[in-house]
Amino acid sequence: MSLETVRPSPGFEELLPIEYRDLVKHGQYGRDVKVSEIGKFKELVEEHPMCAGCAMTLFIRLAMMALPNPEHTINVGTAGCGRLAISQANIPFIYGNYGDTNSVASGLKRALKLRFPNQVKDVVVMAGDGGLIDIGFQGLMHSWFRQEKFTTIMLDNEVYGNTGGQESGMTLKGQILKMAPRGKEVDKIDAMGLAKVAGCAYIARIAPTNPSRVMRTIRRAVLIAREVGPTYIQAYTSCNIEYAIPTPDVMQDAFDVEKERYGFEEIMTDEAKAYITEIEKKQKELAKANAKK
Amino acid sequence: MSESTQTKEEWVPKGDLQEVKDPEWLFHEAPRETEFITGSEAAREAIRRANVDIAISYPITPQSETMQQAGYLYDEGYIKEYYRAEEEIGVMSALGGASRAGVRSLTATSGPGLMRGMEAISSWPGARTPLVLMNMCRVINTPLAIQPDNIEISFLLNTGILHAHAENQQDFFDYSLAAFMVSEQVDVTLPAVVSVDGFFVTHARGQVSMFSQDYKLPPRDGWRSAVPAMDNENPPARLSRDAPIQKSNFISYHMHASWQQEVFAAVERSAKYWRKYIGDLIEVINPDAEEFIVSSGACVSQAREAVRQEGEKGREVGLIKIKTIRPWPKAELFAALKNAKRIFVPEFNQAGWLHKELCSTLYGQIKADIIPGPRVYGGMTMPTEMVLEWLAKYRK
Ligand SMILES: Cc1ncc(C[n+]2csc(CCOP(=O)(O)OP(=O)(O)O)c2C)c(N)n1
Ligand code: SF4
Repeated sequence: MSLETVRPSPGFEELLPIEYRDLVKHGQYGRDVKVSEIGKFKELVEEHPMCAGCAMTLFIRLAMMALPNPEHTINVGTAGCGRLAISQANIPFIYGNYGDTNSVASGLKRALKLRFPNQVKDVVVMAGDGGLIDIGFQGLMHSWFRQEKFTTIMLDNEVYGNTGGQESGMTLKGQILKMAPRGKEVDKIDAMGLAKVAGCAYIARIAPTNPSRVMRTIRRAVLIAREVGPTYIQAYTSCNIEYAIPTPDVMQDAFDVEKERYGFEEIMTDEAKAYITEIEKKQKELAKANAKK
Repeated sequence: MSESTQTKEEWVPKGDLQEVKDPEWLFHEAPRETEFITGSEAAREAIRRANVDIAISYPITPQSETMQQAGYLYDEGYIKEYYRAEEEIGVMSALGGASRAGVRSLTATSGPGLMRGMEAISSWPGARTPLVLMNMCRVINTPLAIQPDNIEISFLLNTGILHAHAENQQDFFDYSLAAFMVSEQVDVTLPAVVSVDGFFVTHARGQVSMFSQDYKLPPRDGWRSAVPAMDNENPPARLSRDAPIQKSNFISYHMHASWQQEVFAAVERSAKYWRKYIGDLIEVINPDAEEFIVSSGACVSQAREAVRQEGEKGREVGLIKIKTIRPWPKAELFAALKNAKRIFVPEFNQAGWLHKELCSTLYGQIKADIIPGPRVYGGMTMPTEMVLEWLAKYRK
């Protein structure tokens, strides 16, 4: 889809719903938006049926705003809370079977490359911790080992939220949850370490405390996946329902957890570093030039 | 080990040297040459001519040879993309992803592999993903065995997948090529399985007449489809074909029910295309007989021989070969069997899925006895004598 596809033909514009016209006129197509612009442009996802105050929804909202090329992006998700919001976005969304995301994305990305050799199509997997590290484990690992060029974002709420609060591989040891009546017996899986071993080009751990940093991280991951190799973001997106976090305290929890054990961490290969530095340098120069105009 | 040709600079993909031809011409008019080859080789020759974009593989006996051969075809440039995936649920999920992007997609598997991939396979039709799965039937464990037995077909019957059952090497070549064409029709847009009985066909030789390998099917056109490809080439809308039921519970029930109805209606609509490419959905021998044998797959060959031997003795026994299990040729079967007195249903499986299908079609419609057998399973062959014995036993 080019921007021309988004734009209605003259004469048809007034026939389209206002929602659509706003998306074309005031959307994020063709430019990078900043956090400070929230409320001043038409976002790709504006509504969702997830729990009030859920940190995951904030993260997904930022993720959509961060996509470097939404008109050429396909989101891949699976069963789990996040898909309830991701499916509402103005981005094609593949809602597969539980845990199949990274296998589906492998086939999809390769096929898109065959069909559109001259147009990069970004594929972004966004799925829960259970969906990726438990049921989707081998698909996840093998997509990394195969160096599949797409981004995987783990919405890590450290629980199976959508099925009502069971322990997952990403739950902390000792945590009492459904199906862990005596507390989880084993450690939280070191998915960051696995990503490193499996050869991801870019790996980041993040909590949604700093929206600009979230957006920069996602942009980097998507851009690096285009050219260099698989990228992985692990995002703390607390489940206020299952962890009984009062809605007003959700952000405080994110700050606390970040400080305690979920600090921002970014790891990339030399190749990825060189590639992204070059891109960001050019972007800065462009921004400066535009500011002068 | 064969030396890869992929890196040579002067390399031209062999597929680029093939000429695209009209499929009807290829199926019915193109000059053909006959070779004496195995079922796996027939599969390879079909794949060579099928203009496949992506093939995703995983080994399992008796299928392995086919996807290995697909690998060599990729190396030669007949297939554009190929990889060995993590295991079958990974294969089937990835294939669904590839087909959603609008490219021609292929894999092959057998019994346990099919079972492992089943969650993904059974969601292909609802995702409206045209693709072809070649299925070389094999015992489903346990006890573990690699022998032919087509019980796995019963698991696919109610998924909304198109399904042809090849009798021999020739059918495997023809049906596989047809399957690509049928599955990609706009008013079909469904996955297709072509099953063949393992070893009996895959590892045995037979005469296969084939059009020249200089020709290939037209490519899949990702723009022609009942649902848009997941390629982000359409104006954005807050609706994506994969997640319409996410919108609200109310939509969910109605959407899901009508979505399913449409999938099964599309299976029926595919019949006209199958007929176009492989002829009638059933083959009938001795249509005026009172005794009939109805079968599918390799079992038909034994039944053919039994019918021939009975004929030598002056007894006319009818034979019906069912080519497509889905679409199920209900009207054809009813018309062909309306005057039958006794119907035998030989099968290579214990459950008798074909017998059950036939009974539910003919129940209350005709007076014939529909006899559940003869059956062999677990890898046994069905001697012609066995079919003859059953015929004799019921005549008494
Ligand atoms: C094959 C299969 N097994 C189990 C389920 C049930 N299921 C749906 S969502 C879910 C849990 C989701 O947890 P997670 O992936 O961590 O995402 P969250 O909802 O916490 O965001 C489970 C177990 C399913 N849909 N399919
Ligand atoms: S159950 Fe938890 S993760 Fe799911 S929407 Fe509610 S708060 Fe968010």
